[in-house]
Amino acid sequence: MKTLEATKLADLAAALTAAGYRVIAPCQRGDQVHLECYQAGKTLRADVIPVNSAKDALFPRSEVIGRYRFEGNEFETVPVAPQAGKTVLLAVRPCDAAALAPLDAVFNWDYKDEFYNAHRDATTVVALACTAADDQCFCTSVGGSPDSTANADAVLRPADGGKRFILESLTDKGQAIAAAGQAVLTEGQAQADPPAQVAPAFDSAAVTAWAKDGFDSPLWKELSLACMGCGACAYTCPTCHCFDIQDEATRREGVRLRNWDACGFGLFTKHAGGHNPRHDQASRWRQRVMHKFAYFPERFEMLACTGCGRCGRLCGNGMSIREVCSQIEQAAQAGVK
Amino acid sequence: MTMTMSNPASASPYLPRVATVAEACKFTPKEAWFRFEFADGQGIQYAAGQFMEVSVFGVGEAPISICSAPGKRGDLEMCIRAVGDVTNALHTLQVGQTVGLRGAFGNGFDMDKVAGKDLLFVAGGLGLAPCRSFILDALNHREKFRNVTILYGARTPADLLFTKDLEAWAQRKDSTFLMTVDRGDENWKGNTGVITTLFRKMPKVDPANTAAFIIGPPIMFKFAVLEALAMGLRKTSIYCSLERRMKCGLGKCGHCQIRNVYVCQEGPIFNYAEVMRLREGI
Repeated sequence: MKTLEATKLADLAAALTAAGYRVIAPCQRGDQVHLECYQAGKTLRADVIPVNSAKDALFPRSEVIGRYRFEGNEFETVPVAPQAGKTVLLAVRPCDAAALAPLDAVFNWDYKDEFYNAHRDATTVVALACTAADDQCFCTSVGGSPDSTANADAVLRPADGGKRFILESLTDKGQAIAAAGQAVLTEGQAQADPPAQVAPAFDSAAVTAWAKDGFDSPLWKELSLACMGCGACAYTCPTCHCFDIQDEATRREGVRLRNWDACGFGLFTKHAGGHNPRHDQASRWRQRVMHKFAYFPERFEMLACTGCGRCGRLCGNGMSIREVCSQIEQAAQAGVK
Repeated sequence: MTMTMSNPASASPYLPRVATVAEACKFTPKEAWFRFEFADGQGIQYAAGQFMEVSVFGVGEAPISICSAPGKRGDLEMCIRAVGDVTNALHTLQVGQTVGLRGAFGNGFDMDKVAGKDLLFVAGGLGLAPCRSFILDALNHREKFRNVTILYGARTPADLLFTKDLEAWAQRKDSTFLMTVDRGDENWKGNTGVITTLFRKMPKVDPANTAAFIIGPPIMFKFAVLEALAMGLRKTSIYCSLERRMKCGLGKCGHCQIRNVYVCQEGPIFNYAEVMRLREGI
């Protein structure tokens, strides 16, 4: 089997960079860890779940999707090819890899989005099996597991008490990673460490079942009281994919941008004429939860939550979808509508 | 999407086709009518109820209903209220100037589905714009339908839109046209009162065999639907157009989502039974 010394994760990133990959890896930034482009000298951290999710690499927070030029009254639109270089998501968590399924579904169900798919096709996913979890993790409550290999091209398994990783290639793309990183990989034996224990937080089937008739529940008001509508949960979520389209122009030319948006923002559904179908934060929170646990499963037969816990770690008011779903499950058990 | 793809596409569905303002007319200080022609000369095919994303270059894009008669044509018409950045910029455009158009988007409505029925159109305010596409389609193929009744309500006489059409509809012998304003002025001799008061003045319809198209602000829709239901119309025979802040038109961006439905794809035309299920619809 192929192994990598735990201290050599950055060496693998350097080898892949040298092989022409853009390497997105968990990099130390101040006292935080971010998934960002590896550059020589950056410290990689496999022991902390990064603040942001891997979706940033496939669905950038701001992306040019077209250009136009104008000269007086003469206009011309200029198509833009997606800027999708060969990319590897190195040591992303199984919950990040799991999120590719809902993203693939929404960006391909009708129009096959050329930008998302260009990034997706150019991307190799090397997941890092989790041997530790924190109190926000709940992948096991939404169909995942800390050592899941779903959607991964290769997996790094911590081994021998964290001294090294075992690199398992699962697809041709994964084989290419093993080949490109050959110089820093060793052929040998290692004992995989046991996966993290992630205690179940709630029963997602119970949440989905309650949500079917839960649209009018007074519970939404209570559950959303702490929400400030800042959108941090959506931005850090590996599956949230709502976006806005904005034009920016100078006198002679302009760009059309696709920017992240969030259903928690008051303006998200507000009409120019003033009417807002989701007029309060409770209805917006309901949308967030119902979309992930009711509407998305109805339409695409999968949850749009992978239990990464980022929303809970980042929320300035200590809210999390994990906590909200636990409360919904309790309400369901108590027969509260 | 099927309907979109039958039209000449720009290289990317996120980029518009260029069109020019062929005609423009200010109906009211806030509402103007435009006829756009495609610069590529390739025209467009659309159904009643469909909408387009209209770009003013350098300003942005807004979803606007098409108000002209459906079909395959070289141009299309829109009636646009100046309320936001894009629509205010549109109001400054002169004939010959350029806009971008993406679409047509949405399910649209095939009037052949209601052939042989009585038709009841109920349009409130700017709702007359999308409703006009249905009305013109019905009147252009008048022989396909039984009784046609058009009800229109505006706030004041100064707010009336498409006044030439209103006169023409009032002249027609083969259909009934009634309009009302919430508040008249010294010259107003017509009906006053909210649009639901017209339900009592219109000829009787055969409720089991009538299709109603109710398009207007949410408050009007609520009360007009109650009237239609009281008349005995079936929920599945009452149609409305759901307004949403659509951004992409492609079923991705999430803005128009109601429950598991993308309004830009599966709407904006829904029957009332569907609207009730959607809950957040109105």
